[in-house]
Amino acid sequence: MSTVVLLVITGLGLGALYFLIASGLSLIFGLMDVLNFAHGAFLAIGAYGTWWAADHLPGAGPAGFGFLVAVLFGVAAGTLAATLVELCIIRPLYGRHREQILATVGLSLAVPALIQAIWGADPLTFPKPELVRGAVGVLGVNIPKDRFLLILAAVAVFVALWLFNSRTRYGLIVRAGVQDRAMVTALGIDVRKSFTLVFAIGGAAAALAGALGGLYFGVVTPTQGLSLLIFAFIVVVIGGTTSLTGCAIASITVGLIQQFANYYTVAGLGDIAVVIVLALVLLTRQGGLTAKKSAERVA
Amino acid sequence: MSAAEPLLEAADLHVWIEGSHILQGVSFSMPDRGVTALMGRNGVGKTTTVKALLGLVPRTGRVVFDGVDITTHPTYTIVSRGIGYVPEERGIFAALTVAENLRLAERHPKPRYELVHELFPELAARASQPAGTLSGGQQQMLAIGRSLLNDNKLLIVDEPTKGLAPRIVREVADAVARAAEQVPVLLVEQNLSLVRRVAGQAVVLDAGRVIHTGSALELLDDADRVRELLGVSRTVTDSSGTTAGAEGRRTA
Ligand SMILES: Nc1ncnc2c1ncn2[C@@H]1O[C@H](COP(=O)(O)OP(=O)(O)O)[C@@H](O)[C@H]1O
Ligand SMILES: [Mg+2]
Repeated sequence: MSTVVLLVITGLGLGALYFLIASGLSLIFGLMDVLNFAHGAFLAIGAYGTWWAADHLPGAGPAGFGFLVAVLFGVAAGTLAATLVELCIIRPLYGRHREQILATVGLSLAVPALIQAIWGADPLTFPKPELVRGAVGVLGVNIPKDRFLLILAAVAVFVALWLFNSRTRYGLIVRAGVQDRAMVTALGIDVRKSFTLVFAIGGAAAALAGALGGLYFGVVTPTQGLSLLIFAFIVVVIGGTTSLTGCAIASITVGLIQQFANYYTVAGLGDIAVVIVLALVLLTRQGGLTAKKSAERVA
Repeated sequence: MSAAEPLLEAADLHVWIEGSHILQGVSFSMPDRGVTALMGRNGVGKTTTVKALLGLVPRTGRVVFDGVDITTHPTYTIVSRGIGYVPEERGIFAALTVAENLRLAERHPKPRYELVHELFPELAARASQPAGTLSGGQQQMLAIGRSLLNDNKLLIVDEPTKGLAPRIVREVADAVARAAEQVPVLLVEQNLSLVRRVAGQAVVLDAGRVIHTGSALELLDDADRVRELLGVSRTVTDSSGTTAGAEGRRTA
């Protein structure tokens, strides 16, 4: 029983990370048809930005609200990077999917290489904020506090994205654009403005995933983003690109399956189990888990 | 702008899609009042012409709207100059509610919801329903309502009565006629009785070219010309907007 509780909460924490990465990926792909391989780079920038700020930025650090300041710095860096990537690289290549893929793959390799050149390839110890040091008892099991922070952050991002989608004009444009971009422009709307916004939002969420991933794993490495990105792509395929809820469900599913399969079978088999689920979804439900309900999509 | 200057002018429009030469030099102009009917058999290039005007397909040639050369403008600026567009496939956002579909189309601080809801009370009643769950006729009303929300200088309406039940055809035809009282309309339509009811000028396309321009009534009154240009076996004098459409389509 206690193992199950631990696995569930750890799986949810991992799912929270996947959600933070995949929600941006699916927004970007759904609206712009861009497979953004550079997303892992935003994550790395968020992670190293937070790590760097915790040590160097006045007011930032593991104590009190210092960690929050460090995370804010990392997220700001990731958001800025994502905005620049959209404006300088994606936009000039608009409609040229092959070139976009090459450019984003290039970035996904260049950014970790750059980070490695500056800070080295070895894992760097990530500062553990006082707030989430130690563990709390849940049903008699000691659970590391940081897991709850991850889950809380993902829930907050889910709610924020849901509000953006349902309450703002840009959210309306994005939801319409995911279905029929040409028709949105035929209503007199410059849909490209929302491309930049969606990239910025996706970059912010990925950078947050980078910072929180540092907490989860205890270290940061230049290529952390890449391995998380692979599972985030799988989440997008399983969850589909039309629904935020679908993305959340798929994230949790993948996180839980990985944890349970890794524990109860041979370590490493969790990853294979995820790929098997992916294959099953692809074979049975094109468009992802929520495909049939996509017409009713609200969030 | 002098009265003689056309509202919309297309000159030598060419469109290639996947290697085929779909529009082969379409030229016509429409006056700044009344309804101009864009006619022709299925597949002659009416929808492509409309999309070319709006910059929705790559094209060569020249398009002047309201005295401004909009040839190189992106679609959203063309539309923002004052065009309401009702596409053939309706272009309704299925996942959005009826109200959201309308809200998305708002371009002016004072959208004309009274007019839209007066014409189509159902849109008010179904405001919070996902548009994907509307019937074909209701979706068409939403598409037309959306184009009437803004104070446009031109409406472009592509086959609004296509595929609708006769009772709905009447309602949609009434709405088009009503809209035409307020704003010039470029109307793609194969329902000849609707054309007869509203149109002043007719432009007829065949195989990607304009083959006839002139008064719509004169054309429709000439049974031989109608058969020759539109491939319709009978001119229909009934003005109800129901049977004529069905016949025209069956023989087209
Ligand atoms: N996206 C497309 N791909 C290939 N062919 C097309 C496409 N759109 C239109 N066509 C072709 O162009 C021609 C004109 O089509 P269209 O403008 O839709 O005609 P109309 O509206 O007069 O029925 C048709 O032969 C059609 O098959
Ligand atoms: Mg057509």
